[in-house]
Amino acid sequence: MTAIATPAVTHSTRSRAIRAIGLSVGALILYWLLLWAALVVVVGLPVEGAGPVALQQTVNALSIGAIYALIALGYTMVYGIIELINFAHGDIFMLGAFLSVVFLGGILGQTGAVEQIIPLTLMLLGALLFTMPLIGGLNVLIERSVYRPLRNAPRLAPLITAIGVSYILQNVALILAGSGDRSAPQIFPLSWQIQIGQASISVLSIFIFALAMVLMIALQTFVSRTRMGRAMRATAQDREASALMGVDMNQTISLTFLLGGALAAAAGVVWGLRFGYVRFDLGFNAGLKAFTAAVLGGIGNITGAVIGGFVIGFVENFSSSLGYSRWSEFLVFMILTFVLIFKPTGILGQASGDRA
Amino acid sequence: MTATATTRPSSPAPSLRTRLNDFGTAHRSITIIICMAIATTLLAFLPTVLPLNAIQKPQPWYDAFANAGVFVLLAMGLNVVVGLAGLLDLGYAAFFAIGAYTYAYSNSPYSNVDLPFLPMLVVGAGVAAIFGIALGAPTLRLRGDYLAIMTLGFGEIVPIVFLNLENWTQGTNGISAIYRPEPLPILGAFGALSSFNYFVLMAGIVTIAMALLYRLQDSRVGRAWNAIREDELAAAANGINTVTTKLLAFALGATTAGLAGVFNASKLTIVSPDQFYFTVSFTVLAMVILGGMGNIWGVAAGAFIVYMIQVVFLKQLNTIKEALGIPAFDLGPLHVDLNAINFTDYQFLLYGIALVLMMLFRPEGLFPSQRRRRELHVADEFAADLGEDIDAEPGIAGSLGETPGAEDLFGESAGEGSPGGER
Repeated sequence: MTAIATPAVTHSTRSRAIRAIGLSVGALILYWLLLWAALVVVVGLPVEGAGPVALQQTVNALSIGAIYALIALGYTMVYGIIELINFAHGDIFMLGAFLSVVFLGGILGQTGAVEQIIPLTLMLLGALLFTMPLIGGLNVLIERSVYRPLRNAPRLAPLITAIGVSYILQNVALILAGSGDRSAPQIFPLSWQIQIGQASISVLSIFIFALAMVLMIALQTFVSRTRMGRAMRATAQDREASALMGVDMNQTISLTFLLGGALAAAAGVVWGLRFGYVRFDLGFNAGLKAFTAAVLGGIGNITGAVIGGFVIGFVENFSSSLGYSRWSEFLVFMILTFVLIFKPTGILGQASGDRA
Repeated sequence: MTATATTRPSSPAPSLRTRLNDFGTAHRSITIIICMAIATTLLAFLPTVLPLNAIQKPQPWYDAFANAGVFVLLAMGLNVVVGLAGLLDLGYAAFFAIGAYTYAYSNSPYSNVDLPFLPMLVVGAGVAAIFGIALGAPTLRLRGDYLAIMTLGFGEIVPIVFLNLENWTQGTNGISAIYRPEPLPILGAFGALSSFNYFVLMAGIVTIAMALLYRLQDSRVGRAWNAIREDELAAAANGINTVTTKLLAFALGATTAGLAGVFNASKLTIVSPDQFYFTVSFTVLAMVILGGMGNIWGVAAGAFIVYMIQVVFLKQLNTIKEALGIPAFDLGPLHVDLNAINFTDYQFLLYGIALVLMMLFRPEGLFPSQRRRRELHVADEFAADLGEDIDAEPGIAGSLGETPGAEDLFGESAGEGSPGGER
């Protein structure tokens, strides 16, 4: 099994980080230029006008990619530990988005943007601290009550159960909130823009990206440096052996669900800020895309899930920038199909005969 | 009906029941035809007497039966894939859509073609089968849960394509005013009000499909499916071509869905992408699980019952509730208004709960096939032999997680027996 792979902390960590940052920046610039060219060729924008548009879209892609990456982490961690495609994970994200609306709109009574930095920061922190433990806890509860009894059952059983759970969560949201879009308070001022030449870059997008990055680095650090993180990696590598070495299996699995749920909840909070609406069936498509991201990156691999999330974000952004947003889902599913057929181990996954 | 017969131990003196069972095993197709004829006659007769005719007139009953037949077909087809071959297909509605659109193109003012219904039934099924093979050929080598996601993706792609290719499919509006089947001998013409004719036609299609599927299940192919589901490696070692056998299951499932699609399009006279979203695949999966994976008549009965609950029982609950006229009242801050509840909204919640409960407590379904029941409870027996609860000790839970007997549904031993794994 691929561990929830994190490189051991070695002397080369810093140089690897620098290389990774360099690669990412390079990829961003490449995407910007590519989109610029595509806008000129396909849409027919003037050359000098397309550049700023492409830059804005690149930043947008970063933020949507960050949301997918946060959700994908939950898929990949759970799969890494118990080899279950947690079908209900997308709906966990959806509930996170709803809960954040409940907190910001219901408890704090906010409807519009908050222009002062300190109250805004406190509210955002509050929303994250409110939703993340609750949703993470819900995820643990679900694991305890329905997945755990099926841990030794035939493999299809937990998967079908997860589909059932997904429908239960979706319909609970449907019954409580109705079938239409519910507006989410966009407390982060959309008017905050940074002017770079003619391009106005949304601060919200940068904030979302930064928040996701902070959470991901925190997760990476947790998994690679703490005792519990080591237990998770050991369990992912070999469940039996780690149990024999005294790793508490149930605790480790619960922890995985807690972390995955909390990250999905964070994604839900920023979803509301970014798109301004929540709906009961949000989780299905977002979940599928995030799952695609996890597979693309190599399921079971944390870094892979992040990379996959951004790739999916960029693919979606590319098609919608060119006016083909209706086809973006089609494109994502085609990616899923081709990755599964031709490289089921994904970008960073390790080869494993058992896997595909 | 018939399938329960096979494995029941016979009492020393052959009773009427055992003799019937023996007859059923020996003459499967005849038994199916007789049973289906009896069932159809009963269904044709029941709506005219109490209590059913008190709920609604016979016409809507026959209509509901015919629609239920569509789901019975779908469930029997999915059962081949999930129940017999042990492959989870979450994009099953795609084949249903392909069958329906095939009929729509061959029988509508939109394409300006009018081909006869019965041949189109075969053509639609064939087209769906071709798509099934096209999807299955590259994907069936994937392991079970990846296959599930793959098919889910395919199931999403197909409606998206039908939705977005507006120039060829009329997008969201779909293709409407599809021609109904031509008049058939004995039954007569098909119109908007000839629910009874549709019902009888559907009963005929279900009977033929069921007879064919039972024959397949008992054939060499059926045994190969069993072998693959229980242990793919052993099956391959014994000379079964696992790829073609799995592909056959996939294609047969698609064929059955194609049949259902053609019938449904001819009955509704409209096809549109929103008829084929994931909820359809999910509903059919719930029907198969509830009915009992692997048991053809059980799955058919499960689909019929679930559909009738969905369209009749939940609606009736609404009517009863409205008739009672319970006044709204306030419980402290909580405003309770039973009249605002629409029970049909709870349909998918109920399916979800049913799926979870079935998986936890009765994974073999309500009408289990004996073989599947034994398979699904191997792990329990193993645990019972050890005389301790698997979950009792966290440390042991992991090591028992891969009991040698606990083969997963896809025929790979979940644990150390799997080839090529890293452990």
